[in-house]
Amino acid sequence: MSMLELKGVTKNFGGIVACKDISLSVAPGQIAGLIGPNGAGKTTVFNLITGVYSPTAGSISFAGRDITAIRPDKVVTHGIARTFQNIRLFRNLTVLDNVRIAVDKEVDYALGEALVRSPRVKSREREICALAMEHLEEVGLADKAEVRADSLPYGLQRKLEIARALALRPRLLLLDEPAAGMNPEESLELAGLVRILHARHDLTILLIEHHMDVVMELCEKIFVLDFGVKLAEGTAEEIQTNPEVLRAYLGEGYKRVRSQ
Amino acid sequence: MLEYVSGIITFSLIYVIATVGLAVFTGFTGLFSLGHAAFFAIGAYTAGILTYFYDVNFWAALAAGVAVSSLVGVLIGYPTLRAKLRSDYFAIATLGFGEAVRVLLENLDITQGARGLPGIASETTLPIVIVFTVLVLWVARNFVHSRYGRAAIAVREDFVAAEMMGINLFQVRMRSLVFSAGCAGLAGGLFAHYVSFIQPGMFTAALSTQLTASVVAGGMGSITGPTVAAVLFVAVPEALRMASMWRLVAYGFLLVAIMVFRPQGLFGFREISWQSCVRCFRKKPAAAGGGAGQ
Ligand SMILES: Nc1ncnc2c1ncn2[C@@H]1O[C@H](COP(=O)(O)OP(=O)(O)O)[C@@H](O)[C@H]1O
Ligand SMILES: [Mg+2]
Repeated sequence: MSMLELKGVTKNFGGIVACKDISLSVAPGQIAGLIGPNGAGKTTVFNLITGVYSPTAGSISFAGRDITAIRPDKVVTHGIARTFQNIRLFRNLTVLDNVRIAVDKEVDYALGEALVRSPRVKSREREICALAMEHLEEVGLADKAEVRADSLPYGLQRKLEIARALALRPRLLLLDEPAAGMNPEESLELAGLVRILHARHDLTILLIEHHMDVVMELCEKIFVLDFGVKLAEGTAEEIQTNPEVLRAYLGEGYKRVRSQ
Repeated sequence: MLEYVSGIITFSLIYVIATVGLAVFTGFTGLFSLGHAAFFAIGAYTAGILTYFYDVNFWAALAAGVAVSSLVGVLIGYPTLRAKLRSDYFAIATLGFGEAVRVLLENLDITQGARGLPGIASETTLPIVIVFTVLVLWVARNFVHSRYGRAAIAVREDFVAAEMMGINLFQVRMRSLVFSAGCAGLAGGLFAHYVSFIQPGMFTAALSTQLTASVVAGGMGSITGPTVAAVLFVAVPEALRMASMWRLVAYGFLLVAIMVFRPQGLFGFREISWQSCVRCFRKKPAAAGGGAGQ
């Protein structure tokens, strides 16, 4: 049984083949990693899963249901949430408002009630705020609730994106380079946070990351992409000893990263 | 003199109603409309025709004006918003729409073409306009501070991220467009029954530009900012009794000055509230929470 399954997924952008015949499967509760050099097609895989693009060929299913070429705004209803490589916060809004927008999906009141701000709306709004604060506390951002999102330091912006994604109460969380721009210490701290959130929220996680220590620390299963093709998959040990992976991707650079 | 002042206030507030509607659309979805005069005209003509030719009750006529404007908003929004048009394309589409409506008004029998409708019952009074202005401001504020308003802001800020939050772009934009069309229709109905005479030439692209300019100058993402700007744009030239040409020149300079000195608009994202007034008088800094931290 797999939670997320891609079968022969291909995506062409004009002449560029960003993903070619990629099949991969992530089991429920797993933390899986997606690695590969820049331009390998990792982010495109996330964009295909979340309906930002539709695949040229192949199919994607989640929890037994076909989600190929799904509408992006329907993704969350299936229980999938993501973060973005180039952070996409609602930058002019406060930290709290960023998470409130995610929580809004949960607390329903009609437009008519909203226009006259009925007592029910007021109490729902208080619930929304309280829930959003809980999500901020989880990632340690509660004291920054009233700060504008884009005035947060980079690392905290990434954490805010994670809080916002979690506020959607997903079953599958897609993290696109969550430790990008962090130093080794910060990235290990982030790995610790991901592990805690994974356990607490019963999550399945697929994670793109260049920090190998984060990947090796977290991922039970790793997929290696290169030039849009899946080169290998397996545990950290299997990947580390796979000669093809070592030659094509990790090579000398990999040894350098490991020795840091 | 008193009558003159009350006239200027009435005019200003009618424009405020239309501007607040547009502020909810442009300021909170980031899409520019260059054809909102058409919704204003549709409200004016619908309400005006109903009381003029059919002796319909003023309030019912006003409501009909709002309804027809909103409906036309749906019809315009359906093709243009569904296609995920880029914002500049949308602006051009609305420009075309605005002109099309004006040409239609000039050529229909029921609107009496370019001659217009003279002698519409004078029903709109200052108290009525004040009540509607307060009502529209209140509803707009409620909308903006609800999950529906936040969804619109999310779309403006980053529509890819907004979609991942389960927000349907089309729905959000449509909702705001219909709200703004309804407000413009209400303003139009009030206008027709205030000036008692309407003709197509009153609802040109210049009016659309004035409305959009008020929103931009007042601050995208603010309700009170555009309100103040709308009053300034109507009341100041009117009070100075300037010829229409100089009035346009004044707009131009006012706009350029605002864009140079306050590119985020008079109020930026901020709103006027009791707290901000109190803070201002106490000379305390308004910024909350400080900047970067860490
Ligand atoms: N929207 C797009 N249009 C054209 N080419 C794209 C688009 N998105 C991605 N690509 C191309 O697809 C390839 C893979 O990109 P991406 O998935 O972002 O790589 P990665 O995340 O592994 O660094 C790159 O060559 C990139 O230029
Ligand atoms: Mg990428």
